[in-house]
Amino acid sequence: MTDAATRRLPLIHLRGISRVYGHGEAEVRALDGIDLDIDEGDFVAIMGPSGSGKSTAMNVIGCLDAPTAGQYRFNGVEVAGLSRDLRALLRRHYLGFVFQGYNLLARTTALHNVELPLIYKGMGRAERHAAAIEALAKVGLEHRAHHDPSELSGGQQQRVAIARALAGNPQVVLADEPTGNLDTKLSREIMEVLRDLNETDGLTIVMVTHEAEMARYARRLIWMVDGRIERDTPTEEAA
Amino acid sequence: MLWETIRLAIQAIFRNALRSFLTVLGIVIGVGAVIAMVTVGQGSTEQVTADVEKLGSNLLMILPGEDAMEGGPAGTATPMFDLRINDLLQEQLALIDVSAPMSMSRGRVVFGNENRRTDIVGTDNRYFTAAGWEIARGRLFDTAELKSGKPVCVIGETVRKDLFGTADPLGEVIRIRKLSCEVIGLLKSKGASTFGNDQDDFVIMPLRTFQRRVSGNTDVNLMFAAVRDGVPTERAVREVEVVLRDLRRIGRGEDDDFTVMDMKQIASMLSGITGVLTGLLSAVAAVSLLVGGIGIMNIMLVSVTERTREIGIRLAIGAQARQVLMQFLVEAIILSLFGGLIGIAAGLSLGYLGASLLAIPFRPDAGVVLIAFAFSAAVGVIFGYFPARRAARMNPIDALRHE
Repeated sequence: MTDAATRRLPLIHLRGISRVYGHGEAEVRALDGIDLDIDEGDFVAIMGPSGSGKSTAMNVIGCLDAPTAGQYRFNGVEVAGLSRDLRALLRRHYLGFVFQGYNLLARTTALHNVELPLIYKGMGRAERHAAAIEALAKVGLEHRAHHDPSELSGGQQQRVAIARALAGNPQVVLADEPTGNLDTKLSREIMEVLRDLNETDGLTIVMVTHEAEMARYARRLIWMVDGRIERDTPTEEAA
Repeated sequence: MLWETIRLAIQAIFRNALRSFLTVLGIVIGVGAVIAMVTVGQGSTEQVTADVEKLGSNLLMILPGEDAMEGGPAGTATPMFDLRINDLLQEQLALIDVSAPMSMSRGRVVFGNENRRTDIVGTDNRYFTAAGWEIARGRLFDTAELKSGKPVCVIGETVRKDLFGTADPLGEVIRIRKLSCEVIGLLKSKGASTFGNDQDDFVIMPLRTFQRRVSGNTDVNLMFAAVRDGVPTERAVREVEVVLRDLRRIGRGEDDDFTVMDMKQIASMLSGITGVLTGLLSAVAAVSLLVGGIGIMNIMLVSVTERTREIGIRLAIGAQARQVLMQFLVEAIILSLFGGLIGIAAGLSLGYLGASLLAIPFRPDAGVVLIAFAFSAAVGVIFGYFPARRAARMNPIDALRHE
């Protein structure tokens, strides 16, 4: 995906990205000309008041949504204008997602949940199984592989979700309020898992949160207001 | 991937087993009805053919009137036959063994306190030969009885059972309409015919007795002719037509005023009735499949809505639209195939039951089973497509937020 001319670009490279919903009077500019670079191995927390566009930014970076205007180079390749199906392929091969509500499939074991993205990658059964177990081991849940989400605590469910995001071996993991449903103790556990993944595996993480304490686990904090980036600073606790 | 999709679909179907079963009930009924009907239909067609062969495929029925079988009884304008025509025919036909004249009416027969409405037939001994009736007890008519039209009769087994029970009918006098008639013979039972009518339900008297005492005219309603062994039926039919046209003085270019049918035609006519029934039932089945298909569409739409978040997850982790489409389409197809399979099983069981009740052979038709299978798959595709497309078109962001 890279060549000599584009290698110097960061992994994620946004220029003048806008996302506009509705038309005319009802027009909402969720993102209003954002410029943002994220390097490989970074851990970025996006914060901001509700309606500031942080979730939209996350969706655009995660290729769940396409920007209305602007340039988005992922790994040096322009992806802003890609079709729905090509964006799906991009997500399948390069991106992993962790959501606030865990979003695991009910009545499906942790192992199967983690295997899910690998099925779409076309991996064979045995290979898939091994990769899923490995991903569960990374979040310390390999002993829970055959439990349904309903048999797991919230923190464990979120760790399964992280394992699912990791299983496909993505370049970036996008986490949308990953601790939003958890108490402080469990939230810290989850953040530690994410920080370890970033530090030991060099995994690039982009996270949206509204809790300052959780944002401190990241290396870099982006503060958004009204669809624009207002501040972009290293966090105090950055290692 | 396809195997995964199928496995997933089966899981989803069994997760809501009762709902899935109720959903496919329409298809079960449609497919089951057609299979049962075709099975019974084929069995009865085979039975009719066998019956006709047993009766002798070398029999001809000659009726007055141009399309006698279609138009019911001949119109008043059509002249009936009489005994003279029958005997001339037998005399002049080289390819015919015997020709038996028959006249028929329905009426009440009474013995003591018992009575029964039955067929009253006037004929002569030639009829017993041609139609293959055997005497169980007693005797057939003698020449004197036939010539002078004596009040004697031979009765079928059903009439005997009804009027006499355990008593001996021979020598007893029964009343047929206003005629008192001595029972001289009892026919061996032939049982019910393929179409359920009781062949043993009749009394037979000499033709002359019938004409004088029952009908009051000299008409013969039909003639029953046996073709000589080894003569093709078609040739015999042609000969009858030529001779009968001459005897009834039908001019060149005029239409026949009679109908000659061989037993094959009668068999095919009876099979035709089965065909009409099968056709009607197929129409009902088509409606049932349509309703079943709508049921499947409905439940798939519900399922797509229920699983919006799941769809969102799948899309987010990299499922393409057509993969989501396939997932729900495969589910709809498997659902309706399940219905088809249950329907096939139910139809075959019903067909088997029906065949044993009607005492006809059980003849399942592999072709119809395959068609039913294909049809239920098609229903799945047609009615599953719309819900599946709705799932595939979802926006992953909205789908993930769905509560």
